[in-house]
Amino acid sequence: MIEFKHVSKVYANGTVGLKNINLAIGAGEFVVIVGLSGAGKSTLLRSINRLHDISEGEILINGKSITAASGQELRHVRRDIGMIFQNFNLVKRSTVMRNVLSGRVGYHSTFRTLLGLFPKPDLELAMQALERVNIKEKAYVRADQLSGGQQQRVSIARALAQEAKIILADEPVASLDPLTTRQVMDDLKRINQELGITTIVNLHFIDLAREYASRIIGLRAGEVVFDGPAKAATDQVFAEIYGRPIKKDELLGVEA
Amino acid sequence: MLDVSQQRITVDDLKPKWFDFRKNGKMWSSLLILAVIYGWSIRETGISLPALVEGIPHMQDFLMRTFPPDLSILSKLMAPTIETIQIALLGTTLAVILAIPLGIGAARNMSPYPLVYRTCRMILNFLRATSELIFALIFVAAVGLGPFPGVLALGIHSAGMLGKFYAEAIENVSKGEIEALEAAGSNKWQILRYAVWPQVLPEFVTVNLYRWEHNLRAATVLGLVGAGGIGFELMTTMRLFKYDETATVLLVILATVTVIDFISTRIRMRVL
Ligand SMILES: Nc1ncnc2c1ncn2[C@@H]1O[C@H](COP(=O)(O)OP(=O)(O)OP(=O)(O)O)[C@@H](O)[C@H]1O
Ligand SMILES: [Mg+2]
Repeated sequence: MIEFKHVSKVYANGTVGLKNINLAIGAGEFVVIVGLSGAGKSTLLRSINRLHDISEGEILINGKSITAASGQELRHVRRDIGMIFQNFNLVKRSTVMRNVLSGRVGYHSTFRTLLGLFPKPDLELAMQALERVNIKEKAYVRADQLSGGQQQRVSIARALAQEAKIILADEPVASLDPLTTRQVMDDLKRINQELGITTIVNLHFIDLAREYASRIIGLRAGEVVFDGPAKAATDQVFAEIYGRPIKKDELLGVEA
Repeated sequence: MLDVSQQRITVDDLKPKWFDFRKNGKMWSSLLILAVIYGWSIRETGISLPALVEGIPHMQDFLMRTFPPDLSILSKLMAPTIETIQIALLGTTLAVILAIPLGIGAARNMSPYPLVYRTCRMILNFLRATSELIFALIFVAAVGLGPFPGVLALGIHSAGMLGKFYAEAIENVSKGEIEALEAAGSNKWQILRYAVWPQVLPEFVTVNLYRWEHNLRAATVLGLVGAGGIGFELMTTMRLFKYDETATVLLVILATVTVIDFISTRIRMRVL
């Protein structure tokens, strides 16, 4: 359970990122956050694992405030939260396996990880994670030899190996073609359903949001302007979130 | 679309702009300052073509006397040559060991505190600004004559050069990879190990090998101040006016440097 209580964020230069956000996201939900560019989607997502600090309010994860956490405590909170980025953020020169194992690093002592020694169960966990996203055979290939979609699946595997209970995905498909987009979204959805991992995804394709989300949250200028089931998010609602009629390029347009 | 017919080109537009003193006052005054600096430097350093021309016979004399090189001393040069290579190897290794913590501390994105960052930068600047020969003089005074002060001198000065390179390489590591590790709950050391290290590795190997090559060349002159290596032989032969032996020493240095450069290039090619 993730709770936002009166959360506001003002950047150092005075830009308002979030304005009095109040939200409760239950375990196992698949939430898609939509909004115009600059609406605050990334800011919202990144405040959950404290890649950004908030200026006001409090964020609770399973009843524990992460706003005050620091050092070891913060790292343990982060360990339970997998993050997926638009540009995958894999270490390109390392193998797929290394990249997936880097999700395990937070579980071990500094000394052990500096030596690069991972216990056997970690290796098995990493393999299972790769199997779940169907790229087990790429385990010992260098990450930069993979296509964009494959790289994104590796980053999902990294979150799985991390044994994350929450997955945050910031525009996970924005640099992928329509076909790969569906594969990656399918993976995320399947993991959400099979493992019950709470999933929060920022998306800018309206049809994708409707298709995959169980709940849609609309942001405008740092405020929540819509929060409801995907079915309720009609074109009319989107037009309100965006403050203008929806455009054609906001639809992925390829049916499943 | 640019409508060409609308643009009027006047004769003024075609005149080179830099020629106009009023418009380019800044450029002209910079040129003037530069000219003054050059003029002054040439006067102070006593650069003179006649002196060079007058010196030609002396140089001729020197070259004549180096010929033929006295190859009989080759066997005597063996030990100092090996020592030179050893000084370069150990000096470079020492430099790498010192430069790693300094480079991390001097990388803006990895330095733990601003004070650490500034201190490391300052140390690196100081080490770089002071040449290996000056360090060699200091260490010869401190630990006595021989190759050991040479190793220290190369190690300390090169640490400054390498640390600067490391810091730059670390700062160029893409932020995304660091963030991914951070988001997974890693600490600073783990980020260094899993996000930074793999990305800087090729550059790390390259600059270290370049430094080794450089240090070999530097080690050939350390002997001039008594810090070991073949430079000592170079100096003695010249002091005794045995220029045919000097020539042999120079040939040996040339051969050693060439061989080491070759080996280093091969290693670089294999690693990258
Ligand atoms: N580091 C920063 N410093 C200052 N302002 C920032 C910073 N990051 C984001 N902002 C501003 O905060 C607002 C929200 O940005 P955010 O990145 O959360 O938007 P977004 O909804 O993710 O947009 P996009 O769809 O373009 O990714 C924007 O006005 C943005 O310019
Ligand atoms: Mg964003």
